[in-house]
Amino acid sequence: MSPLAAFFRQELRVINLGLEQFAGELDRLGVPVVHVAWSPPAGGDLKKAALLASLTDEDEDDR
Amino acid sequence: MSIKTANRTTLQRLTEAQPFLVDCLPAAQAMGLTGRTVLHAGPPLLWERACAAMQAAICCAVRYEGWAPDDTAARALVLTGEVRIGPCHHRAAVGPMTGIITPSMPVFVVENRAHGNRAHVTINEGLGKVLRFGANDASVVERLAWLADEAGPILGAAIRATGGIDLRALMAQAVRMGDDMHQRNVAASSLLARSLMGPLVRSGADASARARVADFMAANDQFFLNIAMAAGKAATDPCLSVADSTLVVTMARNGTDFGIRVAGLGDRWFTAPVEMPKGLYFPGFGPEDANPDMGDSAIVETIGLGAFAMAASPSVVRFVGAGGVQEAIAATEEMAEICLGEHPHFKIATMDERGTPVGIDIRKVVETGITPLINTGIAGKIPGTGQIGAGIARAPLACFEQALEAFGAR
Repeated sequence: MSPLAAFFRQELRVINLGLEQFAGELDRLGVPVVHVAWSPPAGGDLKKAALLASLTDEDEDDR
Repeated sequence: MSIKTANRTTLQRLTEAQPFLVDCLPAAQAMGLTGRTVLHAGPPLLWERACAAMQAAICCAVRYEGWAPDDTAARALVLTGEVRIGPCHHRAAVGPMTGIITPSMPVFVVENRAHGNRAHVTINEGLGKVLRFGANDASVVERLAWLADEAGPILGAAIRATGGIDLRALMAQAVRMGDDMHQRNVAASSLLARSLMGPLVRSGADASARARVADFMAANDQFFLNIAMAAGKAATDPCLSVADSTLVVTMARNGTDFGIRVAGLGDRWFTAPVEMPKGLYFPGFGPEDANPDMGDSAIVETIGLGAFAMAASPSVVRFVGAGGVQEAIAATEEMAEICLGEHPHFKIATMDERGTPVGIDIRKVVETGITPLINTGIAGKIPGTGQIGAGIARAPLACFEQALEAFGAR
């Protein structure tokens, strides 16, 4: 049995990131699911996301 | 300095401010506001871009000062530059809604004893037809004159006799009593009245004059709002000089633009068109009658109150468009997503004594797309109407995006 097939034979416990509808469907089917509200940084704007990544909290204490 | 260290410094300065109410004096005396100057709310504003309610309030203030006999003459003085207009925020002051301050108007003086700076704000005029909502008839001018001639001097004497009223302690107590300090100020107003009752009675003023001042304060649940704003201004001004900090230290609207300033970017404003408030309207009015959002009062959200403290004020949540206590808590939790910390003095009983979220980080706003929520009054867009409702408004994301780009380029 392939690892993937074996995986789906186990009891599913799901952490859902992003679109809440997927969590809702799993919940409706009785699958234990925790939804995490997540969206890409800056709504997916790559330029702003890069700018955010350059403005980190790195502290003198952390170096 | 790292951003982390800079933001810690800003947050500490903001939350450890010690605002004391120390006086009430004419703006000319307290602020050195001289000449023919009219201060307004929000970021800098050209007359041509001002909304009708703001223009009406400015003209009314010019008439009140006796610089012009009517609005036509008042408008001409502004257009020729004989009357100058400028933001309250540039003169260590704040003003609700239109935010008008002129030299003869009495202003409360709030001293930040942690840093030694002062902030100023006018006396709240009460409800109905008032200058701050763009009303401009004879009754508005008459009330302004009474505030200058009678109420201001009496309040000033009473406040001076106290030696200074500790506003941080008073505000912390009022939050526990259900005030958000923007839409609801009944607890803070009552606590202030209690502090001033004895000094007011002993002020030596004519008994009927004292009674008029006492009645005026007692009739206005929002009397404290202006003072909360000055406390916020006094707390945030010392943060404008913290280099490398990404925390917001000013949010203000002038009825045309929404503007923010950021600790690490100094006096520079980042503006975008202001949004329309959403909320409940007085009978006979609706969204089509509303003026775009305005006022410096968003300074209270900047220090972790107002909509940020919605969970502390369940009695106002329906009034400002939220459905109940759980929605109020959700609003406060949402604001926590974009803030660096919790206020060490403003605690929310309904959230297990957590502090109100404070220290809006422009990075968190841009990253999450969550914009600051602001509790607000709604003015009629037709000059002279006054207040027509109350609700909530959002700060435009564009202000924070511009600030972030400027921060990256600094």
